Amino acid sequence: MVKVLLWGSLADLADGTREVAVEAATLRDLLDGLARDHPGLRPELERGVSVSIDGRIYNDSWFTPIGPESEVVLLKRLQGG
Amino acid sequence: MALDDTKKTRIFKVVGTRPDRPDGIDKVTGRARFGADMVAPGMLTGRILRSPHAHARIVKIDTSRAEALPGVKAVVTRADFGDVPDHVADILDNCMAGQKALYDGHAIAAVAAVSPAVARKALKLIEVEYEVLPHVTDVDEAMKPGAPVLHEGRQQETVPPGMSQNVIARSEFGHGDIEAGLVQADRVVERTYRTAATHQGYIEPHACLATMGADGQGDLWVCTQGHYMVRNTCAAILGIEQGQLRVTASEIGGGFGGKTTVFLEPVALMLAKKSGRPVKMVMSRAEVLRATGPTASTSIDVRIGMTKAGRITAGFAELRYQGGAYPGSPVDMGAMSAFAPYDLENVKTIGWDVVTNRPKAAAYRAPGAPMAAFAVESAIDELARGFGLDPLEVRLMNGADEGTKSSYGPTYPAIGLKATLEAAKAHPHWTAPLGENQGRGVACGFWFNFGGDTCVSLNITPDGTVTVSEGNPDIGGSRASMTMMAAEELGIPYDQVRTIIADTGALGQNEVTDGSRVTFAVGLATIEAARAAKREMCRRAAMVWGIDEEAVEWEDGAARPAGPNAGRFPPMTIKEIAAIASNTGGPIAGHHEVTAEGAGVSFATHMVDVAVDPETGATKILRYTVFQDAGKAVHPSYVEGQFQGGAVQGIGWALNEEYIYGEDGILQNPGFLDYRIPVASDLPMIDTVILEIPNPGHPYGVRGVGETSIVPPLAAIANAVSAAAGVRMTQLPMSPPRVLAAIQAGG
Repeated sequence: MVKVLLWGSLADLADGTREVAVEAATLRDLLDGLARDHPGLRPELERGVSVSIDGRIYNDSWFTPIGPESEVVLLKRLQGG
Repeated sequence: MALDDTKKTRIFKVVGTRPDRPDGIDKVTGRARFGADMVAPGMLTGRILRSPHAHARIVKIDTSRAEALPGVKAVVTRADFGDVPDHVADILDNCMAGQKALYDGHAIAAVAAVSPAVARKALKLIEVEYEVLPHVTDVDEAMKPGAPVLHEGRQQETVPPGMSQNVIARSEFGHGDIEAGLVQADRVVERTYRTAATHQGYIEPHACLATMGADGQGDLWVCTQGHYMVRNTCAAILGIEQGQLRVTASEIGGGFGGKTTVFLEPVALMLAKKSGRPVKMVMSRAEVLRATGPTASTSIDVRIGMTKAGRITAGFAELRYQGGAYPGSPVDMGAMSAFAPYDLENVKTIGWDVVTNRPKAAAYRAPGAPMAAFAVESAIDELARGFGLDPLEVRLMNGADEGTKSSYGPTYPAIGLKATLEAAKAHPHWTAPLGENQGRGVACGFWFNFGGDTCVSLNITPDGTVTVSEGNPDIGGSRASMTMMAAEELGIPYDQVRTIIADTGALGQNEVTDGSRVTFAVGLATIEAARAAKREMCRRAAMVWGIDEEAVEWEDGAARPAGPNAGRFPPMTIKEIAAIASNTGGPIAGHHEVTAEGAGVSFATHMVDVAVDPETGATKILRYTVFQDAGKAVHPSYVEGQFQGGAVQGIGWALNEEYIYGEDGILQNPGFLDYRIPVASDLPMIDTVILEIPNPGHPYGVRGVGETSIVPPLAAIANAVSAAAGVRMTQLPMSPPRVLAAIQAGG
């Protein structure tokens, strides 16, 4: 199981907890697992998110591996100018 | 692709030097072709009719008199566009209004005619019946219950019940316990800060030339930061396949985020489709200011507690950003970045995304972050000065480092914030004496940076010179940077490589030139493409020598036997291998396609001296120094240019620039006479100090530099002006009347 830190306002949509555990070996597993286990997160996931894995930020690479000890943080989808 | 293992021993030969820019002669001689420079046989002129109201229901549009005018070849309204996918619905509505005009300048209809004069006359013949509605342009007013509502039913599930429908979303970040932290403080500063909407101020207005044939194939020449984005967006709006539309990027006279979406392009294509003729559209400066995408105006509450020793015990900010007429202000980025430079036990930010009757905000260089930094860095400065502490030492004491849990969640890897602060502390600027009515300010800033979809094709010509094709418009010197990285990797001189920006038919998908991504992501792909070409050239040499390809290595522009056991052969240069390519298997190329991830975050510290005239409130920038982590600086002159450009835009934002709306919701200053950007005579030379902390996510250690430099200036200048004027400035711009009023109120 991978522990995922949610940003504050998402906690209300995930049973009030800032940290959720998801069975995941890749980024795709993680996003699928979050949507499956926490339906309240689906609107935000569908709008798009970024994910920090061990301090590096990923947007789209589904098959980025995630270790069970990885620090995983869900982030608002990053924009740039 | 991670930093090369050879990082400790690698001696760069091309990267890190300062060769002439490849586009320099074209740009100083006028040969470079920008958006408005393209022509086509039979070309028509396109013009747009814009709303004179801030908020109005469109009851009826009668285009019959315009269509009957001799020389008019097409008239377009929203009725000409069909249903579009959700992800482009707001974009289309912004390009051509549907049910309502949502801001002064909103596009209502368009014409294509044989001359500009006929087009202008035709616009006057279009009859629009409006039902004028109440409007709101201020973020705090728009959030009030009872404020005029722009959209019904757009509110996200994150917004508590009972709030105005103009409040689209709420976000929250942070950790710890704010109230418990504030109790530990010796002093708490609690203030509200406000910033005005500003425009990116790019010198080249939006322009394009569209053709759309009867066979459904289209071509578009356009000034943009991302021609693949233009292709994809226009194809979705017009209901055609992406492969049927080829988009070519012109040279670009600035973008800074403002050219990361479309405004004219779908309209030009529709006019071309209806008329069967090429249609050229060029915005006036007034149109650019009224109807493209400035950044958000903001209202931000901050509470920060500090001990008398300078330790921050808690930091809280509530940020309200209006992003114009459609959802999507950059408030999330502001809320995530506000306290990012600091290592805090207790930190929390709340962001509110609000719509108003203003043009939809577009990205502007580190979107959302400068305003947040202005608020937080001002409060930290006030606390430090209140305790008589050195503001640099306070920032060093609280600064984030490797292992810090950031305010937005992740734990930092190696970062360069403290290196910028130490460099600032050691710089002679910090200890230079100040005169009467002068003040010095410092501030820190942070930006995320990112990568994204990227393609590069590198071709070895028959004479052994090299062409690199990339898919990102060159805004900040990327052709030079790619040329340098290709030359470095291939071991050949800079002048043996030429980089071009390919059209959308030549490469796979490329993310927009934004997010400070190009030198990082396209550079990464360029290096990999060069490595692929090198492998192929080693294989060709091995064939000629009759040895295993594993026994050949590449060094200094030539294939060589890898060791004494591989055989005794003289090096075979790139030119020699290219000359016989047809005999050894055909043309040689390398290419690389990737979704680049691993862009490293970036930090900067800015230091500025100002003089404030106590009789007029006018501020003069006396000295300015930028300290920023660039990872590996590929072309230091371009890096310095990015640092200087960010500082200068920040100076304009801090001191003068401002969207001014009247009570009628009409923009009062849509021109550079009344919307004042800094000019050379306003500025000292901006000094720069490049710190090179390698990004582990790039083979040469490169990280983006284009955006971070605009994050600290608003706060650094506000801190300097506050010191010089003897009164804390909390609202931007710090124009002379505002500063004078503050001095008089303070005195």
